[in-house]
Amino acid sequence: MSALLEVEDLHKHFPVGKRGLFGRPASWLRAVDGVSFTLERGESLGLVGESGCGKSTTARTVIGLQRATSGSVRLDGAELTHMTRAELQAYRQRMQMIFQDPYASLDPRQTVGSILTEPLIIHGIGRSRERKLRALALLDAVGLNPRHVNRYPHEFSGGQRQRIGIARALALEPDLILCDEPVSALDVSIQAQIVNLLKELQERFGLAYLFIAHDLAVVRQLCHRVAVMYLGRVVETAPRDDLYRDPKHPYTRALLSAVPVPDPRVEETRERIVLEGDVPNPSDPPTGCSFHPRCPERGNVPGDRCAVEIPALEELGARRLRACHLEADDGPRS
Amino acid sequence: MALLDVRDLSVRFETHQGTVRAVERVSFRLERGETLGIVGESGSGKSVTCLAILGLIPSPPGVVESGAVDFDGRDLLKLSAAELRHVRGNEISMIFQDPMTSLNPLLTVARQLTEVLEIHEGVSHREARKRAAAALGDVGIPHPEARLDAYPHELSGGMRQRAMIAMALLCEPVVLFADEPTTALDVTIQAQILELMGELQRKRGTAIVLITHDLGVVAGMADRVHVMYAGRLVETGTTHALFAAPQHPYTRGLLESVPTLTGDPDAELHSIDGQPPDLAALPSGCAFAPRCELVVDGCRSAVPPLEPVPGADPAAGDRRAACFEVKP
Amino acid sequence: MDPSGRWNLHVRDEERLLAEAAEYRGESLWQDAWRRLKRDRTAFWSMIFLAVFVALSLFAPLLPLPSPIALDLKAEPQPPVWTELGNRGFDYTFETDDDYKLAYWDLYWHDKRLVDVRKAVFGDWQTGRWFGTDSKGRDLLSRIVWGSRTSIWVAFAATLCSLVIGVTYGAFSGLIGGRVDNLMMRIVDVLYSIPFIFVVIFILTFLSEPRQDLETESLVDKGWVFFIVIGAIYWLTMARVVRGQVLSLKNSEFIEAARAVGASTARILFVHVVPNVLSVVIVYLTLTIPAIMLFEAFLSFLGLGIEPPKVSWGLLAVDGTDAINPIRTFWWLVVFPAGAMGSTLLALNFLGDGLRDALDPKLRGKH
Repeated sequence: MSALLEVEDLHKHFPVGKRGLFGRPASWLRAVDGVSFTLERGESLGLVGESGCGKSTTARTVIGLQRATSGSVRLDGAELTHMTRAELQAYRQRMQMIFQDPYASLDPRQTVGSILTEPLIIHGIGRSRERKLRALALLDAVGLNPRHVNRYPHEFSGGQRQRIGIARALALEPDLILCDEPVSALDVSIQAQIVNLLKELQERFGLAYLFIAHDLAVVRQLCHRVAVMYLGRVVETAPRDDLYRDPKHPYTRALLSAVPVPDPRVEETRERIVLEGDVPNPSDPPTGCSFHPRCPERGNVPGDRCAVEIPALEELGARRLRACHLEADDGPRS
Repeated sequence: MALLDVRDLSVRFETHQGTVRAVERVSFRLERGETLGIVGESGSGKSVTCLAILGLIPSPPGVVESGAVDFDGRDLLKLSAAELRHVRGNEISMIFQDPMTSLNPLLTVARQLTEVLEIHEGVSHREARKRAAAALGDVGIPHPEARLDAYPHELSGGMRQRAMIAMALLCEPVVLFADEPTTALDVTIQAQILELMGELQRKRGTAIVLITHDLGVVAGMADRVHVMYAGRLVETGTTHALFAAPQHPYTRGLLESVPTLTGDPDAELHSIDGQPPDLAALPSGCAFAPRCELVVDGCRSAVPPLEPVPGADPAAGDRRAACFEVKP
Repeated sequence: MDPSGRWNLHVRDEERLLAEAAEYRGESLWQDAWRRLKRDRTAFWSMIFLAVFVALSLFAPLLPLPSPIALDLKAEPQPPVWTELGNRGFDYTFETDDDYKLAYWDLYWHDKRLVDVRKAVFGDWQTGRWFGTDSKGRDLLSRIVWGSRTSIWVAFAATLCSLVIGVTYGAFSGLIGGRVDNLMMRIVDVLYSIPFIFVVIFILTFLSEPRQDLETESLVDKGWVFFIVIGAIYWLTMARVVRGQVLSLKNSEFIEAARAVGASTARILFVHVVPNVLSVVIVYLTLTIPAIMLFEAFLSFLGLGIEPPKVSWGLLAVDGTDAINPIRTFWWLVVFPAGAMGSTLLALNFLGDGLRDALDPKLRGKH
C-alpha cells in the first residue's frame, strides 16, 4: 500500500516582472524547485526553513491553491496535479489546511457556526440541523465552549480563533492536515496550548500533519520526521531525534545552533554558528549548491564542486536523506 | 546613580471599549552599560512603557497618567517636544520590530543617516557621508559606500535592521531601546543581529533596554530581566537568578511552556490555561488570578505589590515578585 | 456520508447546548457598525434628516401643497408669508387623466392614486405661501418638495445603476484576474480618458430631438435616459474601487481557506467577497450620490436635464439666479432651494463620514 501523501519533484515557478501590458514575464522565481517527500498515515512531517525557502508554497501547491508547474502530488496513490476541479473535490475532503494568521483566516462577517458548517454545505453532508450539531461537537473537540457557536470571530482572542481554524479543518474528517505556521502568530503561553491540542487531535483521530514552521523547537515537539528546506529545495530529511541529535547538512547545523535557548547558562557557554550574509534572491539563485556562498564548511569540499554541481538528495543511513557534497562523516558533530 | 530611573509610570488609553490600562505603576532603573530585558506577551504593556519613556505615546487616545522618568537629572516626561526630540536620537535611540516602517521609503539610506548627523551634530555633508559609511561598515554591511545610495526596499530584511541599528547608534547614544529587534527576522539573521548588538555594546558601553516576547533572546542578551503581565511588572531579577528559580507563577508557566531543543519532545508541553486578560476589563485583584494554579482567595480582591523575594540571594540583584504566594 | 461521520463526533446534551447557544448570540460587524453609527450624533441626525427628506419627496402628492405649476402671471415674486397657515385654494377636481395635468404633469398611476387620497383627506385645503412664490407666481415650497423628487430619485437611480454595473464589473475583473482583468481595466482606463461632460451634453442634445417623437409613442422616458446616462459614467470609479478591494481580499487567508475546502467561485464571490466589499461600497455611495445630484443640477442649469413643466433643484437654481438683479432682491428664490440642496449634500457627507468610521474595522478595537 502506498504512502498517504507522496510528493515527487514538485516545481512551482512564479513569473517576475512583465514587459508591457500583455507581455511575457521577464524571469521566473523558482519558489519550489524539485521537492520530494512522503508522508505516512498518522505521521507528522515538519517542513522547516527560513522565509522565502518555499515551504508555504509547497503546502499551497500540494493542496491545490496553486497549480504546480511540474511534478507529482499523490494522495493515496491518486495523482492530484492533473485533476479537474470536480475530480479534486472528493480529495479535498481528505486534505485540509490550517492557516498562520488567526485574524485573517476567518471571514469576519460569518458566525463561527457558518464557518464550521461551510465545508459540510459545500460537500453536501447532512441536513441543516445535523450540520449545526456537528459544529457544536467540533467546537467541543478543540476545547471551545459550544454555546459560542453563534458568535463572530472578532469576539474571540487569537488563540481561540486558531482553535476555530482547527475545528474548520476537522469538519470534513480529513486524513491529512497541512499546518502553515499555525502557532507562529501566537503568544508563548497560547502557543503551547495549540501545540498540545494538535498533538491530542492527532492521537485521537489518527491525523497526518504536514507541519510548516520556522521554529525548530515547536517542530521538535510535534513532528516525527523533519525536512529542512533552503531556497526551494529539501536539503536534509531525517527522523526527528536523529536530526536534532546529529544534523548532517551544514545548513541544518547552523539553523539549530541559531535557535536561542531560554537558559542564560547555556547561552553563555555555547558556540553559535553564525552564517554570513543573507538568503539569496530565489529569482536569481547561486550556481551549484544554493547554500554554498554562506556555507561555513565549503572549504572541506575539494575544488569548486559546490559552486558548480547541484548536490542530489542522497540516502545517508536509515531513513535519512541529505543534499551535500561533504563526505558523509565530515564536519563537526554537535 | 542610575542612568535612567523610571518611577510609577502609568499609561491609559481611552478607546471605544472604555479605558484600557496599558501600563500600571511601572518602576525600574537602568544602569550604565547594562542590558535590561523586558519580557511579556502581546498586550502586557512592554512596548507602551518604552514609548511612554520616549514621549511617543499618541495622544489622544493615550494619556500618561503619572510617573517620572529621570534621565541625567532631567524628567523626560516634563520636557518640551523640542527638548525631547533632542534627547531622542542624540542621547537615547530606538530600534523597532519592523525596520520598513521606521525607515522612510522615499529617501536613500545615506540621506536618512546623514540627516541625523547634520541635525544633531551640525557636521558638513561630506563629513556626515563619511561617517555614515563607517557606521554601515560597523554594523557589518558589506561595501558600505555602495549601499549608501540604496533605498530601503532594495535592502533585505536583515540589512534593513542593520541600517536601523547603524542609524540608532550614529550619535553614540547612552541608551538604546530595542523593541522586538529580531522578531521579524529569520533565525540565522536573528543570530547575526544579536551577535552584532552584543558586540557593539561591549565596544561602546551603550545601555540597552531589550523589549521582547522571546525568552531565548533575553536569556542570551540581558543582564537583568523584568517580566510584565497585563500592564504591571510581576517579577524582576538578574537573568541568571530569574531563569534558575522563577518565583511568580506566570514567569514559571511562561518558562515551562517554551518548547526547547533539549526537553522531552514526547511529553506534553506545559501550558498556561485560559486567555490573556482584557485590559479594558481587568479583574479587581491580581490580573493573573483567573489563569493561576496557586490562586487563593486573597488574590481575587487585592493586587499583590511587587516586593522583594524573601530569602533571595543578594547576588541575584533586585529580586522582586508580585505574588502573595511567594514564600521563602 | 453519515452526518455524524466516521469519527462519530458528539457532545453531550447537544439539544440543550443548541438552545443555550441562541442566548450567546454574537454581534455581527453590521450590528456593531449600526450601534456605533447611532452613537455618532452628527451622522445619526444626518440620517434622520435624510430619511425625513426622502419620505417627504416620496409622499409629495399626499401633502396638502399648492400646485407646483399653477401660474399667476400678473404677480411678481411674492415674499414668504408665515402668518397664514393655509387656504382653500386647491380647487382642482381629478376625474379624467387629463385633469392631473392641470395641477401637475403627466404623473405615474401610483402618484395619481396618492393625489386622490390627498383630495379625499384635505379637500381643497392647501398650505399658504410659506416659502413665497417665484416670478411666475408658482408656490416655492411645493416646487422644492416636488423638485426633491427629481433630484433625489435621479441620484438614487443613477447611483443604483452605477452600483450594479460597477460592483459586478469590478468584482468579476478582480476575481478572475490575469489577462481578463488586464483587458477589463484597460477598457475602464480608456473610458476614463473621455471628457464625459461633453459626451453627456452631446448625447442629451442628440437625444432631445428624436426623443420627442419617441415619447409620443411612449418608448423612451426622458427621465430614464437621464438616469442611465449618468449612471453609466459613475460606474467607472466604482468598478476600480471594488476591483482594488477584491484584489486585496482575494489573497486573504479566509478566501484561501474557502478555496481549500472546495468552495466554488460563485460561492466565494457572494458569500465571502461581496459582504466584505460592501462596507467600502456603501461609503463610496455616500460620495457618489451628492456628486450625481450636483451633476443633475448642473445639466438642468444648462438646460439639458429635466424639462419644464417638471421641476428639479437644478431648475430652481436657474430660476433663483434669474431672480437676482440689482434693483430688487427676491432672496427667497435663492435661499430656499439652495438651502434644501445644501443641507441634503451636507447631511450626505456627514453620513458618509460617520459610516466610514462605523464600518472601519480598525476603529472597532481588537476584539
